[in-house]
Amino acid sequence: MRDHVVKRITELALEDPRIILITGDLGFGVLNEYREKCANQFINAGVAEQNMTAMAAGMALEGFIVFTYSIANFPTLRCLEQIRNDVCYHDVNVNVLAVGGGFSYGPLGMSHHATEDLSIMRALPNMQVIAPSDPWQSVHAVDALIAHDGPGYLRIDKSSAGISPAPEPNLAGVQLHRDGTDVMLIGIGGILAECFIAAESLNEQGVRAGVAEVVTLKPLDTDSIAKLAGHCGLLVTVEEHSIVGGLGGAVAEVVSEIRSAAPLLRVGLDDRYSSIVGSQDYLRETYEMNAQAIVRKVLARI
Amino acid sequence: MNASKAQPASDLDELAHKIRTSVVRMTHLGKSSHVGSALSIADIVAVLYGAVLRVDPGEPANSDRDRFILSKGHAGAAVYAALAHTGFFPEKTLDQHYQDGSILSGHVSHKGVPGVELSTGSLGHGLGVAVGMAKALTMLGGEQRVFCLLSDGECDEGSNWEAALFAAHHTLKNLTAIIDYNKIQSLDTVSDTLGLEPFVDKWRAFGWNVEEADGHDCAALRAVLEPPSASGNAPTCIICHTTKGKGVSFMENSVLWHYRTPQGEEYEAAMGELDGA
Repeated sequence: MRDHVVKRITELALEDPRIILITGDLGFGVLNEYREKCANQFINAGVAEQNMTAMAAGMALEGFIVFTYSIANFPTLRCLEQIRNDVCYHDVNVNVLAVGGGFSYGPLGMSHHATEDLSIMRALPNMQVIAPSDPWQSVHAVDALIAHDGPGYLRIDKSSAGISPAPEPNLAGVQLHRDGTDVMLIGIGGILAECFIAAESLNEQGVRAGVAEVVTLKPLDTDSIAKLAGHCGLLVTVEEHSIVGGLGGAVAEVVSEIRSAAPLLRVGLDDRYSSIVGSQDYLRETYEMNAQAIVRKVLARI
Repeated sequence: MNASKAQPASDLDELAHKIRTSVVRMTHLGKSSHVGSALSIADIVAVLYGAVLRVDPGEPANSDRDRFILSKGHAGAAVYAALAHTGFFPEKTLDQHYQDGSILSGHVSHKGVPGVELSTGSLGHGLGVAVGMAKALTMLGGEQRVFCLLSDGECDEGSNWEAALFAAHHTLKNLTAIIDYNKIQSLDTVSDTLGLEPFVDKWRAFGWNVEEADGHDCAALRAVLEPPSASGNAPTCIICHTTKGKGVSFMENSVLWHYRTPQGEEYEAAMGELDGA
């Protein structure tokens, strides 16, 4: 997904001199092609995320379309107030790219696990939050971020869900991939793959489980969420992220305002830090958000 | 774009005096803090808006304008006053400072206020944004200059030093940082909080041209602020030696007047001193 994002930005930057990519001294190898082809539109800010972000706001105020690039929590939480005050309050076209969504960098340890980013970015007014499940979606996400004349956040996952490209994708809306009236699994990001496996397993066990996907967490397609909530017996959110404030939180906000909504089960990282080391798959299993864990939790609930 | 270039020094002194009077009145009406911080920069903003900045009150967003960012946003009253007294908006608007429903917040705001480039208030943000503007304007080949006014206490924030590294490395000669070095911060003196000395050497070591000036001498300020970068391609840092609360004797060099608001007899006394000046 990461390579698709950079390739798309490269293509667009070649056509539009207003596009600037600023990295916080990360992206070894990944950014090579961009650096070669768009040398004048590339800046390495050094290991200095606060300045990277403030500077991005300054450049955007002068009419540039700026991407900031770094790993996991560095371009988001490390410089959160620069994002809030300089970027979002001034409503400028700065788009934060974070590689390593969720447990993408699992073996690197807790500092490199992005498990509160969706929640915190979503809380900022004016911010658009996009978390694709597949590389082809991330290409459209880049286009959407540029087209939106305001701040954006793109969570770049190492895993992907393996969904076929849609001819005319609508990343803004909730995507219904499989219908189901007993349970609706709503996933975000590459972990959506676990939802498909879980749904298959549940259907084999006589539970009519469907799969829906949220790519744009903010602004959320609340009408579709409300419709799903009125249409099934149990809503389940699945995210490689804390269950506090991310997809689970966003869906909870929607259904809590509906009179006869289905109950909600939030699957994700319980309100804790991920101190165990391992691959993305291993950590999904350990922190009980893989397909088997989803099935187990759903069966316990219905 | 700047019609005031030919202003004699006495006019700048007069503008600074108007700013001081407005600042004391605004903080009195709003029962607000930071009068000492705003008085400290009255002469600096008078010289900027009265002589140095190429800005047009009739067309505040003109892309050819020089950019000015007040990073020490808590002294916003001084910038609002400078903008009003140079024609960006009616002077009467200043009375709304700090009031319910006002656009003039205690910390400087760009929302609905002509002439303000950036909202600040949390310290350590302005210089980074100014660096981005200076970089952008350089890339676009513009002649505009970017000025950023910081407080001394603000230099505790590490983000400033990130920005300082970047500005020197990228030879942003169109960037001028101005530091209001009044040696007093929120709770105590700078030297008893986090000492900044040797302050000039610090900026010089980061690769900046550094000049020092008397921050209350309008002619001296104009002499250092007006000419473009003196040497080479380095950004410039002007360390202005100032007195917190300058212009009102009992506010000068007083930690108390960082937060105290001028009311009652103190307000009368302050206005009396300014009227007599």
